[in-house]
Amino acid sequence: MERSKRFDLLAKRDINKETYVEPWPEAGLIVADSPYDPPPSVKLEAGAVVEMDGVHRSDFDALDIFIATRALDLDVAEEAMALPSKDYARMLADINAPREDIGRLIAGCTPAKLTDIIRHLNVLEMMMGLAKMRIRRAPANQAHVTNWREHPALLAADAAEAALRGFAEVETTVRVARFAPFNALAILVGTQTGRGGVLTQCSVEESLGLRLAMKGLTSYAETLSVYGTEKTFVDGDDTPWSKAFLASAYASRGVKIRFTSGTGSEALMGRAEQKSMLYLEARCLLVVKGAGSQGVQNGSISCIALPEALPGGVRAVLAENLLASMLGLEVAAGNDALASHSSIRKTAKLMLQFIPGADFIFSGYSAIPKRDNLFGGGNFDAEDFDDYNVLQRDMQVDGGVRPITEAEALSIRRRGARAIQAVYRELGLPAISDEEIDAAAVAHGSDDMPRRDIVPDLEAADAFMAGDDDFVAVIRALQRSGFDDVADNILEMGRQRIAADYLQPSAIFDADFKVQSAINDANDYTGPGSGYRPEGARWAEMQAIPQAKSPEGFVDPHVGEPLSRLVELGPAAKGGQREVVLALGPAFGTALAKTIGGLDHEAVLQAILTGVAAEGMIARLVRVYHSSDCAAIGYVGARLSGSGIGIGLQSRGTAVIHQKDLAPLNNLELFPQSPSLTLATYESIGRNAARYAMSLPTVPVAVEIDNGARLRLIVKTALLHRRETDEVRPEKPPQELRFDWEPA
Amino acid sequence: MTESKRAYPLRDSHAERLETHTGRPLSEVTAEAIAAGELKGDDLRVHADTLRQQARIASEGGYPQLGANLLRAAELTDLPNDELLKIYELLRPERASYDDLIKLADYLEERYDARENAAFIRDAATTYRERGLLRR
Repeated sequence: MERSKRFDLLAKRDINKETYVEPWPEAGLIVADSPYDPPPSVKLEAGAVVEMDGVHRSDFDALDIFIATRALDLDVAEEAMALPSKDYARMLADINAPREDIGRLIAGCTPAKLTDIIRHLNVLEMMMGLAKMRIRRAPANQAHVTNWREHPALLAADAAEAALRGFAEVETTVRVARFAPFNALAILVGTQTGRGGVLTQCSVEESLGLRLAMKGLTSYAETLSVYGTEKTFVDGDDTPWSKAFLASAYASRGVKIRFTSGTGSEALMGRAEQKSMLYLEARCLLVVKGAGSQGVQNGSISCIALPEALPGGVRAVLAENLLASMLGLEVAAGNDALASHSSIRKTAKLMLQFIPGADFIFSGYSAIPKRDNLFGGGNFDAEDFDDYNVLQRDMQVDGGVRPITEAEALSIRRRGARAIQAVYRELGLPAISDEEIDAAAVAHGSDDMPRRDIVPDLEAADAFMAGDDDFVAVIRALQRSGFDDVADNILEMGRQRIAADYLQPSAIFDADFKVQSAINDANDYTGPGSGYRPEGARWAEMQAIPQAKSPEGFVDPHVGEPLSRLVELGPAAKGGQREVVLALGPAFGTALAKTIGGLDHEAVLQAILTGVAAEGMIARLVRVYHSSDCAAIGYVGARLSGSGIGIGLQSRGTAVIHQKDLAPLNNLELFPQSPSLTLATYESIGRNAARYAMSLPTVPVAVEIDNGARLRLIVKTALLHRRETDEVRPEKPPQELRFDWEPA
Repeated sequence: MTESKRAYPLRDSHAERLETHTGRPLSEVTAEAIAAGELKGDDLRVHADTLRQQARIASEGGYPQLGANLLRAAELTDLPNDELLKIYELLRPERASYDDLIKLADYLEERYDARENAAFIRDAATTYRERGLLRR
């Protein structure tokens, strides 16, 4: 078959490394609106639900029973179900409909009703809904910190850096489950070195996770997974009751929890029962709410590639975030697992949570290299830190992180690594050497770390888990080794466990270690002029990326000594001879001394004059004062020129060959890409001007096309032009110049 | 604003009144006391009454299910770690008979006055029996 070169290229693009599949409702491969999704309904008798979403009480499965008895607000259920879904959809997109009013009725909606509401919303309307329904006022972010070596010093260093970057939560996990206590410990010590109050967790099997929390090594747990069908739930070795009990058990130890759900898991486990992913997610979310979890991690999480393979998948993921917010749950909105090979696609998807804001925009921004990510690869990684900071700065959208300098990073990483080294020493764990500290301070990932003998580490981890040492021993170890500030931060986390304020919905600790939750920082968005927006110190911090330079810095390299060989003689007159007039901008060779490409003005003049002379013509120099515009300068030159040919030359190097009978903004040749112009080009410009003056056939000067130049140099272009414009004297006529130069 | 909401966060408003699980005032939870070896992990645990206060804040703040969870949690503060882990294990699918669960509920009620948890587990027992989630 004939092959299109364009299609051949397209086939190799990142976007075509993905898998796309057509919907298949019978297998649960449909993101929303499966023909098998039930119609919304609720019937009450004697204060109990006897029918929900078309299913009679006698046919309820365990999830139906749990939802009907523990999640639904039966006081409003009939009123809520009677209101048309479209009315809810319109309220969600309407700034005049307060969050509380919507929430009151949503509390009585069944899973099918919730799904039906989404049917009426496009992504823009859902983003409006999320901005309003998110329960905490200010958005925040969570980081993932892991490494394949499971190196304690690297974990602590990366956790410290993540804390300094502003992440409110840091999650780790294990490659080898026995490492759990040590990984949790490293993250705890690292984060509390970077910033007191960062919440930490270690994602492991449920009972092990609870034991880590009981030891005080973690302050929250997130991976309490729930599923949308009874069979999947049981395959996951839990029931809504066991999960709810686990939630209470964590809370009894003063530990924050959120559940995990997300579209696609049921289809992946082969038990979707022909239902759409979104309908099953609505069931999950009502189980989450009924269990009394303050929040949920959803947004497809590790199954993200499955909805993304289907039409409408990214919309459905936003829909599940929105549904959770509507139900009054804290939302950690996904964006964690690798969702796409394509930077365009992954960033576009992110915008659906980034712009409206979520309680946690990522349920794990990979604050480490992709290769070190033990959660299945990050969708955004440490390599994307600068990109992400720039996105915040571009849109004045708070993405929950802040830019830091290299020096700050090196310093906090070293301190985090030193702190875990001290804890290991004091607790008699296998020593961390100074060489490992040095490596962790500067490391990007595991590949930069020396090998550690993991056998003694694992034995020590087993003993630590079995022994009595807990976070109190860690605090004491830090105190004994001079890390009192880190010790104080972990101790304050302990006091916060006693106060338990951070068990309230969507709680985080701010930079002052003060709790911020939906109780004391409730979202109050009701349209423009309301709600959270980054301002003042926070906006200043977001702007201050280390890459941003002061404007003066752009112009300074182009300032130099005024050209002593360029002398102004007096007002210029029209010439009568066969000449070319070279008209200079007002700052040329005076206020500015170099072009944008770094060429000395003197050398540029010599090159042009050499070109003119090479064709046997004379060049006369004038300076234009009344304008800094290239076409205007060139036009003045042409009008003063005896031949009617003039060259206009701005200080930044932009040039034009003009002819007196052309319209002012027309030209014979224009050279707008001044950064690409070389002395040879300027000499050719001089030659061509001379040839035009002699009416000889002339081939336009070839110039390299560099479409990136404008992107790189537009700030400099603007500032150099502004400097030239400063020299404009509107009333002053063009002046004759003498340039003390002889052709070589 | 409700009275409970005004009290939030308790860390600020009730710092003088908060007690640890072991009955120590929060003010005694200091770096010095830790350094002197006077505090153990249990001294940095939440007291049942504090969780009940948080339960009220949640319920009155519009989060009644969270409030109910925190009430169950308050009852569980007195249970040792390994008992919590055992109960969780029993509640997983096909681990317990109906009688096991009812006995567990009675035990929690009698031993710990854990009425909310007892009712919760009895509810689980009924559903597990209906849905075939009991031990086979």
